[in-house]
Amino acid sequence: MSTGFHIVVCGSLVPDLLQTLEPVAGPTGPALKNEMMLPAVLDPWAGHALFEAAHLAAKHPGSKVWLVSLGPKAKLQQLMMSIAQKVPFELVAIDGSASGFTDPVEVAAALAGAIEKIPTLDRSRLLLFGGCASASRDAGVTVQMVGERLGITDQFLAADEVKVGADGTLTVLERVEGGQYLVSEVVGPPCAIAWATGNLPEPPNNPQVGMQNMRTLMPSLQKAQLAALSAQGGTFVSVEVPKQERKTRIVKDVPLDEMARDIAEWIKG
Amino acid sequence: MDTILFLAHTESDGTLGRAALETLTGAADLARALPGATFMAGLIGGDVTAAENAISGCGAAKIFTVAGADFAMSRYASDAAALDAICRAAGATIVVAPATARFNRVMPGVAQRLGGCIDTHVAGFVVVDGALRIQRGYYRQRMVGTLTRAARPWCLTFDGGVFAAWSGAAAAVPTEAVAVTLGDAQRRTTVVGFQAPPSDAQTIRPDANLLFVAGVGWTKKQSDGQVHLDEAAKIILGFLDRSKASLGSSKSLVDQSSEGQNVFSFMSHLNQVGQTGATPRHPKGLAACCHGEEPHVVGWRFIGERRAINLDPNCGWAQGKADVLYVADAFALVTKVGELL
Repeated sequence: MSTGFHIVVCGSLVPDLLQTLEPVAGPTGPALKNEMMLPAVLDPWAGHALFEAAHLAAKHPGSKVWLVSLGPKAKLQQLMMSIAQKVPFELVAIDGSASGFTDPVEVAAALAGAIEKIPTLDRSRLLLFGGCASASRDAGVTVQMVGERLGITDQFLAADEVKVGADGTLTVLERVEGGQYLVSEVVGPPCAIAWATGNLPEPPNNPQVGMQNMRTLMPSLQKAQLAALSAQGGTFVSVEVPKQERKTRIVKDVPLDEMARDIAEWIKG
Repeated sequence: MDTILFLAHTESDGTLGRAALETLTGAADLARALPGATFMAGLIGGDVTAAENAISGCGAAKIFTVAGADFAMSRYASDAAALDAICRAAGATIVVAPATARFNRVMPGVAQRLGGCIDTHVAGFVVVDGALRIQRGYYRQRMVGTLTRAARPWCLTFDGGVFAAWSGAAAAVPTEAVAVTLGDAQRRTTVVGFQAPPSDAQTIRPDANLLFVAGVGWTKKQSDGQVHLDEAAKIILGFLDRSKASLGSSKSLVDQSSEGQNVFSFMSHLNQVGQTGATPRHPKGLAACCHGEEPHVVGWRFIGERRAINLDPNCGWAQGKADVLYVADAFALVTKVGELL
C-alpha cells in the first residue's frame, strides 16, 4: 500500500520586494517597467508553502514534493538558482507571464492542466499547497480555483499549521479575524491548503539538495509548455502608484513631557 | 441588465458582522448606480432569521437563504455548495460579498463553479457610462488598478472600512429558502472551534482606534549598551493596555521569534504588517522603532493619521509617510505617553 503524501506546491516568482515598481502600459495591458530586468524571488507565501511541504514530506516516508511554477522560462531558471538548494522538490515549469495583471481564471487553468499531467501523481494522496495570496496579483484566489478544477472540495486558506494525526486526520489552523485561528479537521487527502507564513524559518542552503534538484530542474525547464494567457478577462482603465507623500512635521529638541502630552492628546482626540 | 446579489454569512450569534453591513452599503449603492440593475440578497448561516429581518429594508427585491447546522460553521465544502445554489437561484450576474476570512476562502471556488470571474479586496467602485469599474490594489497595494469586465458572473469581495455600515428599518420583502443537500463528501471536514490567545494576551484588536507598530529597534542595544527585552515588553504591553490599541509588528521583529531568538512572547506573525503581513484599517497609527519600508508604506496603507517615534530625523521611510515624526527615545517616550493615557 502506498504511503505518504503527494504534495504539489503552486508558486511562482515576484519582483524582489525591495525593488521600486512602476506600472507602464504594455501592448496587451498593464505591465511593470523593466519587468524582465527586475530581480525576482519566490513569492513569499508560496515559499512558506514549499518549506512546509518539504517539512511534511520529510516526516512522512514515501512523500514527494512538486513545485508547479508559471513564469517566463529564463526568469524561472534564475529563480531556481536561489531556491534549489533549500528543499528537495521536482519542478514542473510552465512558460508564461508571471505578471500580477494576468487573470487568475486562466492561471488556475494552466496550473491545474500541468498538475493533471504529472504522470506519477496519486490524486488520492494529493495535498495541493500554495500561498494564501501572491505578492503580485494579491488576490488570494488561485489555490481555490486550482482545487476546484482538480475536484478538491476540502480547502483551507491562510493556514499556519497542519498536524497529521495517527489515523491520518489533518488538523489545520487557519488565520481568521481578530488574531484567532479556526481549527478544522479533515479526514485526509485530497485537500488544498493555501499557506500564510507557517511556523518554519527559511531553510539554509544545502548543496547536496541542490545537486539532487538540478537533475530534474533543467529537463523540466527545457520541456516547459507555453501557457497562453490572454489577459482578456478584465480591461484595465488605469494602473497607478497611489499618491502617498505626506508633509512630515519633525518634532525634535522638545522636552519629553511635551512630546508625550502631544501624542496622548492625539490618541485621545 | 445586471442582477446584483449581495452575499453574507451570519456570525455565531445569528447577526451580521460589521464587514457584511459595510459591504451591504456598497452593494446597495452599486445597485442604485447601475442603470436597470436588480438587487437581491443571499444569506447563509445556522439560523438566518435575525439577519434576514435586519437587512430586509436594504432595498433587495428578494432574499435567498440557506440555513441549518451544516451552514453555521465556516467550512469550504458546505459554504461553496450553499453560495453556488444561491447565486444560481438568484440568476446573479454581479455577486458582492464581504472580504471576511470565510468568504475569502470560498468565493474563488464559487466563481469557478459558476464559470465566472472574480476580483477580491475591492477598495472602491465607480459607474461610468453604465459600466462598473472597480478599484483594487496590485503588488501588495503598491499600485492601484481600475478595471472593468464584460464577463459575467463577476464576483467581488469588498474590503472592510470602505463603506459605512448599513442600517435601516425592517421592511416586508419576499424570501426564498434554497434547498441544499450535503453528502458525505461535503462533510469530510469538521470544524473543531477557535483558538485564541488568552484575553489578556490578545494584542490584535481590529476595531481599535489606534494601531501601534513596534519595530525591531525595541530589541536592540540601548544607550547603556545593553538589550532591555523585559523592559520593552513591559512598556509595550502597558501602552497597549492603556491605549487599547491593536499591536502591529515589522517583519524583522517577528522573524526573530520564528528563528528561535528570545523576543516577545505576545508577538507572532499574526501581528506582522507589511508585504507579507496584514494591512489593517485603523483611523490612527503610531510606529516606534521601525526603520523599514514595510510598516511605513504597505502596512500603513489604510491608516488615516500616522505618527512615528524614531531616533533618526532623516529616516527615509518615515519622512513623507508619517504626519509627525518624534525624534526621541521610544522607551522613555512611550512610557510617558502610557502614563498620560
